[in-house]
Amino acid sequence: MAISNILHLGVKELRSLLRDPVLMIFIVYAFSLSIYAAATAMIDSLNNAPIAIVDDDRSPLSMRIVDAFYPPYFLPPVLIDQHEIDGRMDMGIDTFALHIPSNFQRDLLAGHQPVIQLNIDATRMGQAFTGNNYVQSIVSGEIDAFVQRHRQESVTPVDLVLRAKFNPELNSQWFGAVMEVINNITMLSIILTGAALIREREHGTLEHLLVMPVTPFEIMASKVWAMALVVITATALSLWLVVQTWLAVPIQGSVWLFLLGTLFHLFATTSLGIFLGTVARSMPQFGILLVMILLPLQVLSGASTPRESMPDIIQSIMLLAPDTHFVILAQSILYRGAGFSEVWPQFLILLLLGGVLFGVSLSRFRKTIASMA
Amino acid sequence: MTASALSELNDKRLVAVLKNVSLSYGKTQALDDLSLDIPAGIMAGIIGPDGVGKSSLFSLISGAHAIQHGTIEVLGGDMRKQQHRQSVCPRIAYMPQGLGKNLYHTLSVFENVDFFGRLFGHDRHEREQRISELLEATGLTAFADRPAGKLSGGMKQKLGLCCALIHDPDLLILDEPTTGVDPLSRRQFWSLINRIRSDNPGMSVLVATAYMEEAADFDWLVAMNQGKVLTTGTPQQILEHTSTSSLESAFIALLPEEQRQRHQPVVISSRDESAQDEFAIEADKLTRRFGHFTAVDQVSFRIPRGEIFGFLGSNGCGKTTTMKMLTGLLAASEGKARLFGKIIDPHDLSTRQRVGYMTQSFSLYGELTVKQNLDLHARLFKLPSHSIAARIDEMAKRFELEAVLDSLPDALPLGQRQRLSLAVAMIHGPEMLILDEPTSGVDPIARDVFWQIMVDLARQDGVTIFISTHFMNEAERCDRISLMHAGRVLVTDTPENLKKARNTASLEDAFVDYLQEEVRRTENLPMTDEGAKNSIKTNHKSDSSSRVPLTDFSLRRLYSYTRRETLELVRDPIRLTMAMLGTLLLMFVVGYGISLDVEDLKFAVLDADQSATSRDYTLNLSGSRYFIEQPALYSHAELEQRMQSGELSLAIEIPYGFGRDLARGRPVEIGAWIDGSMPTRGENIRGYVQGMHSHWLTMKSREILGSSVTAQPASIEARFRYNPDVKSLVAMVPAMIPLLLMLILSMLTALSVVREKELGSIVNLYVTPVSRLEFLLGKQLPYIALGMLNFVLLVLFAVFIFQVPLSGSFLTLTFAALLYVFCATSLGLLISAFTRSQIAALFGTALLTLIPAVQFSGMIDPVSSMQGLGRWIGEVYPATHFLTISRGVFSKGLSYSDLHSAFTALFIAVPVLMLIGVMLLKKQER
Repeated sequence: MAISNILHLGVKELRSLLRDPVLMIFIVYAFSLSIYAAATAMIDSLNNAPIAIVDDDRSPLSMRIVDAFYPPYFLPPVLIDQHEIDGRMDMGIDTFALHIPSNFQRDLLAGHQPVIQLNIDATRMGQAFTGNNYVQSIVSGEIDAFVQRHRQESVTPVDLVLRAKFNPELNSQWFGAVMEVINNITMLSIILTGAALIREREHGTLEHLLVMPVTPFEIMASKVWAMALVVITATALSLWLVVQTWLAVPIQGSVWLFLLGTLFHLFATTSLGIFLGTVARSMPQFGILLVMILLPLQVLSGASTPRESMPDIIQSIMLLAPDTHFVILAQSILYRGAGFSEVWPQFLILLLLGGVLFGVSLSRFRKTIASMA
Repeated sequence: MTASALSELNDKRLVAVLKNVSLSYGKTQALDDLSLDIPAGIMAGIIGPDGVGKSSLFSLISGAHAIQHGTIEVLGGDMRKQQHRQSVCPRIAYMPQGLGKNLYHTLSVFENVDFFGRLFGHDRHEREQRISELLEATGLTAFADRPAGKLSGGMKQKLGLCCALIHDPDLLILDEPTTGVDPLSRRQFWSLINRIRSDNPGMSVLVATAYMEEAADFDWLVAMNQGKVLTTGTPQQILEHTSTSSLESAFIALLPEEQRQRHQPVVISSRDESAQDEFAIEADKLTRRFGHFTAVDQVSFRIPRGEIFGFLGSNGCGKTTTMKMLTGLLAASEGKARLFGKIIDPHDLSTRQRVGYMTQSFSLYGELTVKQNLDLHARLFKLPSHSIAARIDEMAKRFELEAVLDSLPDALPLGQRQRLSLAVAMIHGPEMLILDEPTSGVDPIARDVFWQIMVDLARQDGVTIFISTHFMNEAERCDRISLMHAGRVLVTDTPENLKKARNTASLEDAFVDYLQEEVRRTENLPMTDEGAKNSIKTNHKSDSSSRVPLTDFSLRRLYSYTRRETLELVRDPIRLTMAMLGTLLLMFVVGYGISLDVEDLKFAVLDADQSATSRDYTLNLSGSRYFIEQPALYSHAELEQRMQSGELSLAIEIPYGFGRDLARGRPVEIGAWIDGSMPTRGENIRGYVQGMHSHWLTMKSREILGSSVTAQPASIEARFRYNPDVKSLVAMVPAMIPLLLMLILSMLTALSVVREKELGSIVNLYVTPVSRLEFLLGKQLPYIALGMLNFVLLVLFAVFIFQVPLSGSFLTLTFAALLYVFCATSLGLLISAFTRSQIAALFGTALLTLIPAVQFSGMIDPVSSMQGLGRWIGEVYPATHFLTISRGVFSKGLSYSDLHSAFTALFIAVPVLMLIGVMLLKKQER
């Protein structure tokens, strides 16, 4: 093994990338505007939820309830008639439709326990759950306050003090920004290495390298470091300029530790890219493989929905994906301010996964060249 | 020169008129204020060294490249005008440089010709008749079903010619058609051209060639140098003008003084025979099989150190395979080979340090400059870094690469690229050179320079040279040569002895004689393509009436690309299967995996009270399906640490005296810490905890105050509509269909154009009458069919495997899917049209489909709740609208009229996306 070969071949990879302006533009977009768009699209987990209210009561209480819904959680409620509910929900205009029956206030004060009906579009799972909680607590809050004024009852004996750690306002922007960076790190590193390998095969340059005093290990290692360098640079710039400066997301933990973790992750993903490059026989095949790998990584790694809520079998399968561990690592370091003592298992697993993928690719390397048409 | 050609010449009928034409690629000036009149109806040849602008000239005349400066008239019209190009391109046939560059390698011989026939609008009957005539005439009939990629070089060139002749061209442009073709095939090729010309006297042929002996048979010649015309005239006139006896020397005489001085005749000193006993290469019954096909059959030879050993044979006879086995790239099926007395071991790096290898096709980095390529290889061969710069200078000087050191190899002509490959192979001063057709496409002067270097290396430094070539004058310079055919070595001897054995004057004749004998002997194995008997009448009817009038939009041309794309798709069953089964698999994994109900959350309690009441409170939480209790907490520090590591999503703190104070009716506080690092999950936890807290309070107050107390003055009844059980699957599966179709289809189409750009066949778009819309739409159709099939599979899967009921009309959904599939494939083509490399296309597609489709199209959060850039992307992104339709039809049972706004959006998206794609695609190279 010669360090100098790995160095020079890697420099060659970097030069190739610089020759492709369209690719460079895509990379810049991926780590700037794309992050910005993803982070700012949803500021809160419940944001501007569309709600319509049928107020058949028209009492002071029902007015109070209508006035209790306002941005940013909800769009200003639209007052509609009962017969409009179905049509509007069918069209997807409203996620929530609240129906306050006539004589609601009177029945309430008379202790008849009137019922308010809340219609929820359950195909919008994300808003449906959180929104239900919000609507319920807002409505019952208004009702309680109203009732207390009229009845002078004792206050609730046990107060629940809820505090959100690490992100007191549960601001989604913080989360979205960093998770988007993670998604793009994975996407870029896999594509760059895998496609670079296949391009060398399609153009015959790989064959040329193998008749020189260069080992497959050196060829692979050079791709790993060069592509990792590109991605880590983009990541660092993106964290600093886009996430911290532009989006003003406060980062709790050590950015350096996170970048170190990113390097470990990149070792695994670039090795995965090379592995896919040895599996696919042509660039079009690689493209399809890519979709099959990237989509589950993005959706099931825990970066978009909580991991613990996934079916056990999926959780177990996803343990094999570097992304899963990187998401845990990133969330621990960046949001919860965890140090190396808390996240070392993730470092270790990433190193292991990368090592295995690298090793398997190395053993397949020569075989795949012979199989090229 | 035929009499008719002479009379044409006198008529001064011109096929092309060029005035003050200049062309540059970046800093490289390819054509420099060139003016030229090319007479019609003759065979005009362009000769000149590499890089003088021959190929650039051809690409301008054929209309493949846009004109930068000057005017060019071809067949009586201005090539700047698109209208004229459109009308004359069916009359021009262009065969670009490089073996089979514009052919489609996965398509068979017949399919390739058929493809071009359709592009030029022949109907089925005429096409089939012409194809069979052409294949018969070129002797390719027996190989009609063979994929073009598996043909030998000579056969590829003949196939290229068939493709060029299918549409009766008035002007046939051949750019180095016989470069890299063996002598036998070359003879057949020219006799074919001559036959075509004698049958069609009106046709003009424009040829560039590196073989001066070929040029001597042309009617009229243009000698070019450095982007300018040196002289024009018949070969006879040129010889007279320069008072030389051969064109080769005539050409040298025409060159400017300083260039001429570089040329020296090759001097071959005799070989010192004393080192004969030491063998550099020994091959012993070397055999290589690919499946049932034996590429190399028991080849044996021994090459002593310092010998120049020539390897000759027809294209595809196993020369390259043998060389690959010698370099260790391919393992031998049987037999042994030794280099420097050592058995070849692919892991042995020290032997590689002693060998220089040059592959047949250009295999250096197109993205690196000439200098960077040399530098990289010098470093890989571990040249001391202080000597690298000097060595690069030396090689650049030797191979005349000084002027192009900073150019990219892709911008260089074939000859210069070959010289670069050679320079790279020799940069480390190896003891042995294995060179696979190193001089193909290299001009005569450079070839002589190169041979002088090799001879010097062999004689003075004792370098062993193992070289394959198609040039007979080169073969004669070898110490010994082997003739190979169909995987076997026919004979090995000195060139002199071979000529004597066959009693022929030239080595070429001896070569052809050996081959023909072998072919006759093994007649049951049709290895060569003899049998070109029929004459080729290209003009069936009178000149212009046979040509199908050009229409602005032709379904036939469109269908030609559809067929081609379909064939390619079908020829790669792995990719096809992956695309189909992959979506189903993804639907399963992702549809099953994305769960939006947040549950199984881990929590722990810091219970300072340890009373029955506090334990009851804890039990209230741990008893629910949302929470799983973890070992208790004992301190705030522990709470801090376990939340930080992510182990706990929720921590509850119950203060000391909780139970006692509660019983006494004193206000008490319970603390709850939520992990806010994942906001959605945080919100859910907050809701759950609040709900359970008030539930517990209700229970408590009932216990204490009796059941008469009603906890809540009013109740809120939540009705989850469309998905009453609030199952993630019901919400997710209809959303997965738009997502998966978008990803797979755009990824399939994204490479289809850029791949043609990378591999060279894009030139067919430039020089044939196909319009950009026909090209894109033609490519799109098979993927649309594939997409619809995929859609039906996904719906079946959703309904029968996932048991998600389809409450609306399948027809409405199918119609929307068709529009959407159009959008998805158009998006892929759009990306493909403006990217330059496959890597950029892949990354761009992933970036422009995966992120918007997952995040901004309303799969998880509705678009109406988004804001900023993401909202805007979501509003215009086709997946958003198909998602609305898919969920509407699946879960809400909506009809077309309920969903018309989403349909309208898709209706608009289809033409917009296609139009942008067409606009981004270039009809000419720029």
